[in-house]
Amino acid sequence: MGRKLLLEHINVPDIHTLAVYRQQGGYRAVEKALKSMSPEDVLEEVKKSGLRGRGGAGFPTGLKWSFLAKPEGVPRYLVCNADESEPGTFKDRYLMTHIPHILIEGMIVSSYALGAHTSYIYVRGEMMPQIRILEKAIAEAKAAGLLGQNILGSGYSLELYVQPGGGAYICGEETALLESLEGKRGNPRIKPPFPAVSGLYGCPTVVNNVESIAATVPIINDGGEEYAKIGIDRSTGTKLISASGNINKPGVYEIELGVPVEEFIYSDEYCGGIANGKRLKALVAGGSSVPILPANLVAKTLTGGDRLMTYESLADGGFQSGTMLGSGGFIVFDEDQCIVRNTWNFTRFYRHESCGQCSPCREGTGWMENILHKIEHGQGSMEDIDLLWNIQRNIEGNTICPLGDAAAWPVAAAIRHFRDEFEWHITHREEAQQHNYGLAHYADPLEPVAQ
Amino acid sequence: MLSIKENQPVVFSAELLAKFGEIVSRYPEGRQKSALLPVLHLVQAEYGWVSTEAMDAVAAYLNIRPIEVYEVATFYTMYFLEPRGKYTLEVCRTGPCCLVGAERIMKHIEQRLGVRENEVTTDGLFSWRGVECMAACGYGPVLQIGPEYTFYENLTEESVDQMIDTLRNKAQHEA
Ligand SMILES: Cc1cc2nc3c(=O)[nH]c(=O)nc-3n(C[C@H](O)[C@H](O)[C@H](O)COP(=O)(O)O)c2cc1C
Ligand code: SF4
Ligand code: FES
Repeated sequence: MGRKLLLEHINVPDIHTLAVYRQQGGYRAVEKALKSMSPEDVLEEVKKSGLRGRGGAGFPTGLKWSFLAKPEGVPRYLVCNADESEPGTFKDRYLMTHIPHILIEGMIVSSYALGAHTSYIYVRGEMMPQIRILEKAIAEAKAAGLLGQNILGSGYSLELYVQPGGGAYICGEETALLESLEGKRGNPRIKPPFPAVSGLYGCPTVVNNVESIAATVPIINDGGEEYAKIGIDRSTGTKLISASGNINKPGVYEIELGVPVEEFIYSDEYCGGIANGKRLKALVAGGSSVPILPANLVAKTLTGGDRLMTYESLADGGFQSGTMLGSGGFIVFDEDQCIVRNTWNFTRFYRHESCGQCSPCREGTGWMENILHKIEHGQGSMEDIDLLWNIQRNIEGNTICPLGDAAAWPVAAAIRHFRDEFEWHITHREEAQQHNYGLAHYADPLEPVAQ
Repeated sequence: MLSIKENQPVVFSAELLAKFGEIVSRYPEGRQKSALLPVLHLVQAEYGWVSTEAMDAVAAYLNIRPIEVYEVATFYTMYFLEPRGKYTLEVCRTGPCCLVGAERIMKHIEQRLGVRENEVTTDGLFSWRGVECMAACGYGPVLQIGPEYTFYENLTEESVDQMIDTLRNKAQHEA
């Protein structure tokens, strides 16, 4: 059993209440930070921990905090990104539902480190039940003197508010989120300036994922060095993984970074193997935006090493034979799944969610969806595959925000690794309407199809 | 849930205005526009949808131009710009849920309710639509029903039927 830092007390009855959370040692990090540490000390521990942003990009949290501009007389903001809309990701919902106080405690500690006196948790609007849970928890914390004026007599004051979104994936992108929080459409901003210099209301702002902020609690309690002892290399600490798809035990798991991917899929401690006795066909390891891997590249990297649940190991081989840890949205495909259909589905998602500001993203996602729809429905031609390849290449890197890349990568990876399945849809139009391509050779150890 | 008649100015209740006021107090002076998304959610919870007249009233309340409200209400998917059924079943249609049968569930709902996506049943009770990933992929297929966004997980044809029956009974009792 790996160590649990965020979910350690998840099964304690009523852990969502302040009383029980405190009985289990909750709010020790607030006491410690506010009473015995300077904001710089807190930042130093977070730096030492090696914590990397859990929202998807994996940027070191301490480093991000150290970029925050501190002009005199200008307020600074911490905004928690609880938009959680990357397909395959549902860990933040789980954390907020069951142990909301760990997020609030993390918000207090992090706001203190950043010198913020008003902070917001931006929660996707559909999570109304979680918004209610958080608001209740905030009221409890405030009544106990953990929020508001002069927290625990430390002289530090903080107001914390929950803000609902309106239903738009793009508002998970940090600058779109800030626009949304200002009451506008979720159009991402051109960077620079970065939020650390000009964020919410033009003031210096840090945006962090729910899990990143919650992780500051064990980091302050045990020290950054202790946290950094868990994991491998630059993948320190624990990570929440949202496991979905064709597995026996879908759900949220806290792992020590470094668990072998094979163990994560097959052991009873985690996913419990492929459902219905089927075989593995493919894996999306970090949310819909990351490249899909065929089964033969899941357990081992191309060079034959064990594939581990770390930022580095999942990325081993680059986009030719690797993928990314991303947000930890772990989606497992069994042998009955159709890669073309899934790629079409994901592309439809990105077309729907494109904010429409950049032509390559707005038009490209539409073209890709139309072509994939054609292929999936027995109307495709061989040239369509090359056309798809060209469109995705022209989106990647040519847009204001990374949604363009996120739309391009899944298409590129599907063609790279499953080209024969696309071709079969074109050469066997009738048959492809009757049944799926199946496993073909993907489960065998073979060289990936090079593009 | 009463619906707003077109072209009739909307007057918010004192209770609703008090809620608006509390929300506006969360932001710095002069940043009351930040309240727009939460205020629109409250309007929709009250009236069932967001009419042009309601948007104009929101604009007046927040001291912003009506266009600033329209552009937001049309950008975000959660705001209904026309009346819906009392219960709108929003089914996740994104990849992970499709791996475990979401498409089958949507077909079943369409047949069972006898209306196409975004249409309203003749009794005014139900409508349905596909929505994108709702951050519940491990519990798929899933659907949600506003305004409180109650979740129904691990859907089967049987559980969907049961849910629809229960809601119908509930509506009859309330009527
Ligand atoms: C299209 C898009 C969607 C995103 N969605 C989310 C999200 O739902 N939650 C999240 O925490 N980060 C999301 N991100 C990443 C954020 O922009 C940002 O990097 C992150 O919140 C930073 O927090 P972290 O450093 O703690 O990871 C998204 C990025 C993009 C480009
Ligand atoms: S890449 Fe797409 S989502 Fe991002 S700003 Fe451009 S159009 Fe909008
Ligand atoms: S794919 Fe349905 S909830 Fe995520």
